[in-house]
Amino acid sequence: MPEAFEPKIVAFFCNWCTYLAADLAGTSRIKYAPNTRIVRVMCSGRVDPQFVLEAFAKGADGVLIGGCHPGDCHYQEGNYKALRRYELLRRLLNQLGIEDARFRLEWISAAEGDRVRVVVDDMVEKLRALGPRTPAYRREVA
Amino acid sequence: MCSDPGQELIRQDIRDHKLDRIVVAACSPHLHEHIFREAVAAADLNPYYFHMVNLREHDSWVHTDKAAATAKAMDLVRAAVRRVKWHEPLESRQVAIHSDVLIVGGGIAGIDAALTLANAGKHVYLVEREATIGGHMAQFDKTFPTLDCAACILTPKMTAVRSHRNITLWTWSDVRQVEGYVGNYSVTVRRKPRYVLEDLCVGCLECIQACVYKQAKVPDAFNLGLGKRKPIYIPFPQAVPQVVVIDPETCIEFKSGKCKKTCVEVCAERNAIDFHQPEEIRTIQVGTIILATGFEVFDSARIPYYGYGLYPNVYTALEIERLVNASGPTGGEVVLRDGRKPASVGIVHCVGSRDVHTNRYCSRVCCMYSLKLAHLIKEKTGAEVYNFYIDMRSPGKAFEEFYNRVAEEGVVFIRGKVADIYPAGNGDGRLILQAEDTLLGMIRKIPVDMVVLSTGLEPRADANDVRRLFNIGCSSDGFFLERHPKLAPVSTFADGIFIAGCCQGPKDIPDTVAQSGAAAAQALALIDAGVVELEPNTAYVMEDACSGCKTCLPLCPYQAISFVEEKRAHINEVLCKGCGTCVAACPSGSIRQHMFEDDQIFEEIEGILAYA
Repeated sequence: MPEAFEPKIVAFFCNWCTYLAADLAGTSRIKYAPNTRIVRVMCSGRVDPQFVLEAFAKGADGVLIGGCHPGDCHYQEGNYKALRRYELLRRLLNQLGIEDARFRLEWISAAEGDRVRVVVDDMVEKLRALGPRTPAYRREVA
Repeated sequence: MCSDPGQELIRQDIRDHKLDRIVVAACSPHLHEHIFREAVAAADLNPYYFHMVNLREHDSWVHTDKAAATAKAMDLVRAAVRRVKWHEPLESRQVAIHSDVLIVGGGIAGIDAALTLANAGKHVYLVEREATIGGHMAQFDKTFPTLDCAACILTPKMTAVRSHRNITLWTWSDVRQVEGYVGNYSVTVRRKPRYVLEDLCVGCLECIQACVYKQAKVPDAFNLGLGKRKPIYIPFPQAVPQVVVIDPETCIEFKSGKCKKTCVEVCAERNAIDFHQPEEIRTIQVGTIILATGFEVFDSARIPYYGYGLYPNVYTALEIERLVNASGPTGGEVVLRDGRKPASVGIVHCVGSRDVHTNRYCSRVCCMYSLKLAHLIKEKTGAEVYNFYIDMRSPGKAFEEFYNRVAEEGVVFIRGKVADIYPAGNGDGRLILQAEDTLLGMIRKIPVDMVVLSTGLEPRADANDVRRLFNIGCSSDGFFLERHPKLAPVSTFADGIFIAGCCQGPKDIPDTVAQSGAAAAQALALIDAGVVELEPNTAYVMEDACSGCKTCLPLCPYQAISFVEEKRAHINEVLCKGCGTCVAACPSGSIRQHMFEDDQIFEEIEGILAYA
């Protein structure tokens, strides 16, 4: 029997909200799926679309961006910039055959340790259901 | 690792093996990154050759599957090891700290912090929204458990604020805008017109006497509407500053322009009254900020079955504070709305606290102030007093002893949450408190003349606007978020901005004053250091590669990017706060960010996914 599929998710968390929420989840010993690997950036606005493309190119099953809630950005509006890029990038990824569920942007404040669990567990569950990534060209041949 | 031997190990290894990059896989960088950087620097290696992997908060503490957690740890460490290859030697930026301090909120927290800093020789701007400082403490009668009179211990401090040469006191004012960063904040304050010139008013109060309104008719906010005031008024007798205010909503001159203006006549040559006083906008430069904006009392009307607002003899605890107070609307008489003395009083604990329908948290002070009010009511009226409580919480110096004292005085304690309050129905005006006595295991229905709701503490209604103004966070209950619940309880994630008192969470006066002292000390530590080190994580332009497309210019929230004549973008390092938004947006990749270089992040991604 093949091993159950465990997705690997690259997570870009902003230093001031979501990274701290993940810290809080830790201090509160909240348990969640071990599938994410967090890369710290100062602001979700620092997430260059190329980081996301690179992660998918190198085999990530999902990419999660975590930023401050609208209006709460430590840098005033970096999260809005992230949102705009996310919407555009999501469409591009669709065309490359990467489903919506694989690419998520979430607002998680420093006080929302439990929300890290909710978001990560939900994403992992959806990606498990979706299975490993299949490049678009391969799907067309099939 | 963060202990002395651990740091020594790092230093020794750097020397012995001539290491030029260091990765520590331990706790969150938010906790001990600076300690390791210092250890690295002590071994003569640039501290920015160091990188920290968060294996505790982000891995071992949050996962139960050991194999998966280990695989994650390996990915993260691999990513860091690959990342540091691209690290460059950097120097932290130093900025000077402006020595002036802004304190927002003139309750006991703000007053105490202001006096501490002013006594240390620092100039303080104390900004208060109301017409007087004093806050909630000024409304209290006695304070638990010692029963000191609140005014006796507070008003001398209020006067000291007024007369202190290092304190600029702006009441009737609020903060409109905050710009800058630690050490260099530029703050815009609005000074609302009180229509009485502060410099000219001597506080004689003759204008109030002279007002054409012979009777006070307007509900008086300080006494929670239990008393009345005139359109020209002073919030309470010991108000600081002793300057009257005109309420344009009720003043005849403002409403019709046809008043005899007897106030102006009596003010005579002092000429302090100015119906055309404009709003004033002032901008100040400060290095540090302390927020002491306090709390709001829970609105009892949100629990309809307690009948607040419906039955006249249901009061909030703060209203009772005003009734027992000798300078209150009844001159210190605890009487019902019809003037009768109550023969029986029920005190309902946990109103708006410890309840999934309102607030889940314990408001920390209600048990103790309920005991205090029970004692005062019993002392003043001899009434039978019943306390309905869920749990009696008296964890403080001399608190439990006070509880025992009040119990010995004959106050009745019933362990049960009040489920309903309704009229007795026999026309005697009494109210029935119904609760399950969980010690007796039976439903109790106690008729009383007066009900006191021990209301909890809530964040200010505009706490969200205020925290956004100052760029700080809040916890899930809405109170301002501290940097660390144990080790940085008055710091915030905005450097140079501190919090004190109930804006951080419900607490009593001793704890509030302890926090305001801590916040003042934190501000002092920054001011006296004179400079603060900032992370050198600024963005910079590779000018040869810049095409001059100007994409970056509107993205910067700090106007740090300018366009210079040689048709290249230029980033002012002092203004840049290092968010990296411009870096991500630059089409030619010619904007880069120290500490978060593209190469470093790509390498991290590849390290994570090396075996994917």
